[in-house]
Parts: sequence; C-alpha cells; structure tokens
Amino acid sequence: MGDEPLVRWDWIWRNWDTGRPDSILALLESHVVMAFLPVLFGLMLAVPLGLACARWRWLYQPTVSVMNVVYSLPSIAIFIVMLAITGLGQATVIVPLTFYSLAILIPAVVDGLTSIPDHVRKSAVAMGFTPLRRLVGVELPLAVPVVLAGLRVATVSSISLVSVGALIGQGGLGYLFIDGWQRQFTTPIVVGIVATVLLAVIADGLLVLAQRLLTPWRRA
Amino acid sequence: MNWLIDFFSNPTNWSGPGGIPARLLEHLEFSVVALLLAAAVAIPLGLWVGHTGRGSFVVVVSANAARALPTLGILVLVVLLVGVGSTWPVLIPLVLLAVPPILVNTYEGVRGVDPDLRDAAYGMGLRGPQVLFKVLVPVALPLILLGLRLAAIQVVATATVAAYVGLGGLGRFIMDGLATKNYTITIGGAFLVVALALAAQAGFTLLSRVAVSPGVRRVR
Repeated sequence: MGDEPLVRWDWIWRNWDTGRPDSILALLESHVVMAFLPVLFGLMLAVPLGLACARWRWLYQPTVSVMNVVYSLPSIAIFIVMLAITGLGQATVIVPLTFYSLAILIPAVVDGLTSIPDHVRKSAVAMGFTPLRRLVGVELPLAVPVVLAGLRVATVSSISLVSVGALIGQGGLGYLFIDGWQRQFTTPIVVGIVATVLLAVIADGLLVLAQRLLTPWRRA
Repeated sequence: MNWLIDFFSNPTNWSGPGGIPARLLEHLEFSVVALLLAAAVAIPLGLWVGHTGRGSFVVVVSANAARALPTLGILVLVVLLVGVGSTWPVLIPLVLLAVPPILVNTYEGVRGVDPDLRDAAYGMGLRGPQVLFKVLVPVALPLILLGLRLAAIQVVATATVAAYVGLGGLGRFIMDGLATKNYTITIGGAFLVVALALAAQAGFTLLSRVAVSPGVRRVR
C-alpha cells in the first residue's frame, strides 16, 4: 500500500452525492430499502405462521427444521439462483433476505407467545375476552419484548447481509467493497463498513425505543 | 436435480487441489479454526460477564453492533492491508462473525440461571469460581451450545466469500461457476456448503444430547 492513507477524506466528499447511482448517498438509500423490506415482509409472514405454530404445536418442530435449513444456505448461492428467476433487480436480494428474517422471527414469535404465563391467559378468559380480543389485547402485546428481541437480530443481520448482493450487482453499500477491491483502494471499503454499522446501530436504537413505547408496563 | 448429478458424477471435480475433497477440507479448516478462536474469546468473556454482571451493557451493545459488520467488507479490507499470503485474512472476518452469537448466548445462559440455584450453591459453601464451573456452566450449557451451533452454521455458510479474494474453500465452486457462467458448478458448490452446515448442526445437536446433564435436560 505504501504511503496511501487508509481513508482519503476528499474522496468521501467528492462521492457523497453526485446524483449518480454509485454515489454514497444513493447506495445508502438502496441499502436501506433492501435491508428493511425483507424484515417487514418477514414480520408480516412470521406473525401468522408463529400463531399457527403456537396453536398447533406439532407444526413447530417441522417449521423450525425447515427454517434451520434456510438459515444455513449461503446467501451468495441463493442470490445466484434467484438471478435466474427474478433477474437483476432488488427483488433478487429482497426475497432471500425475507426468508432469513423469517428463520429468525418465527421462533421469536412462538417463544413470545408461549412465554405468556398460563394464569394470565386464564384471567383474560375469565374476564370474558373472546379469543380474538384476547390475542390482540393480551397475548400479542405481552409477546412484544421477545418478538422485538428477534426483530433486532433480524434487522441487524439483514443490514449486514445486503452487501453480499454486491457480487451480483445489487448490494447497496456492498458496491463500495467490490469497487475498493477492484481498484485496490481502501477508502470506499472503510466508508462502506462504517456506514453499514452506523445504519445498524441507528436501526437497533429505534427498535429499543419502539420497545419502550410499546411496553409501558416494563418501565420502572 | 440434473445439475447436481452432472456436478457430482464428473470425475474431474473429485481430484487434485481443486477437487471436492480438497476444497471441502479447506472449507472445514477455515470454519473450525475460526470457530475455535471465536469460542476461546467469547466463552470466557461471556462466563465472566454473566457471572460478575460487570460490563454487561457494553458487551450486549457491542455484540449487537458487531453483528452488523459486513463480512465481505472486512475480508477485502484485511486482504488489501495484509495480503493473501496465508489463511489469516479470512479468519478475521469469520471470527468477528462467530463471536457475537457465542458471547450473547453464553452471557444470557449464565445470567438466566435460577437465582435460587446460585444462592443454594453459595449456601453449600462453594466459592465464586466453584459456583461458576460446578453449577452455572452445566445449567447454562444448552444455551452455550446453541450459541456455538448458530455461530458454526453462519461461519460455514459465510466462509464461501473467501473465494472472492482468491482463497480456497467450497466458495471456489460458487465463484468460479458464477465467473464462467457454469451454474452447474455453482449449484453443486452451494449444495456442498448446505450439506456441511447441516452436518455441523447435527453434530452440535448430538453433542448437546451427550454433554448436557440429564437433570438439566428434564427441567427444560
């Protein structure tokens, strides 16, 4: 590397917002989209699936086994297989990441629902709650802390996994790694790593805040 | 399925330094060494923090942030800085990937032990380290092994990116197939990675059958 500094600050300012798709700001934007949509879709699917698994226990073991297999698939290989189906778009990254999120979120939803003490459920029944109102008014809110813990892990992993998509041309900030590697230039790589981690820390902080707002009874 | 048969029945895929056995061994070597290094750091730290309660906030927050580190970015940065003379560059991102799940699960496992058990152990006259190793570790073992299992799956699946910077392992099949548009090789390589990850998972499940004390298992 010689005298080349680790980070050339002027490169960052020049490439921050050039209006082209490879400017840092544009990459950040596409990174956010490709990282958050999978978690959102994953949550939307995980709640009904988790409810089904908590209701019919025999469903749970097979579901978890399938999800474990999904979780062990190497993301780069899945992206390539997806390429054949969805072509070169953001969906190629979003669809596999949705499944990774599901693999984390289904156990979280089931654990959250099963961790509710039986006497709480019985009290709700005794107070005349219908099954639907009991679910919406008692069980789901009480499951929030465990679900949110899963959501935090899913969000942070999703943010970090998006960059692998750069190998097939859709990786948000991951493009900076490929770019830096091909030009033997460390600045974009450092920028990409720092931006990814900052994004994750901010998202994680927002989820912690959401947990405080959603579970007022837990605040001392 | 035909692709898989083509890949596995081709004799040239089975011999030499680029053959399946050699690549599988390389992949295993990266994964096992990275997992051992990560465990050597994360388990003692997790036990200490869980037992003493010191620095737990810092550990949980930084472990969560570390999950966001993009493996591909760390890998290309390390290789640009130190070169690809050995396997060290690939071990650094893999260890960083494996530490958070092991650390968090070890810490949660020790912290989650029933306080009555802990008090009973002190009441019987055990000292701090004895309480930790004779009571807390055996009771926390299922969670510690879960952390190791999750880390192992992620490391095996992610070690594929080593091939991007010209290192070996099963990722070679995936990357070479991608580069030459020979997707038979890519799918075959991905299949091997999944098989290895599932084998690791089965191994840890078996280990927890053998290693976890029957009394602890009954409680769960």
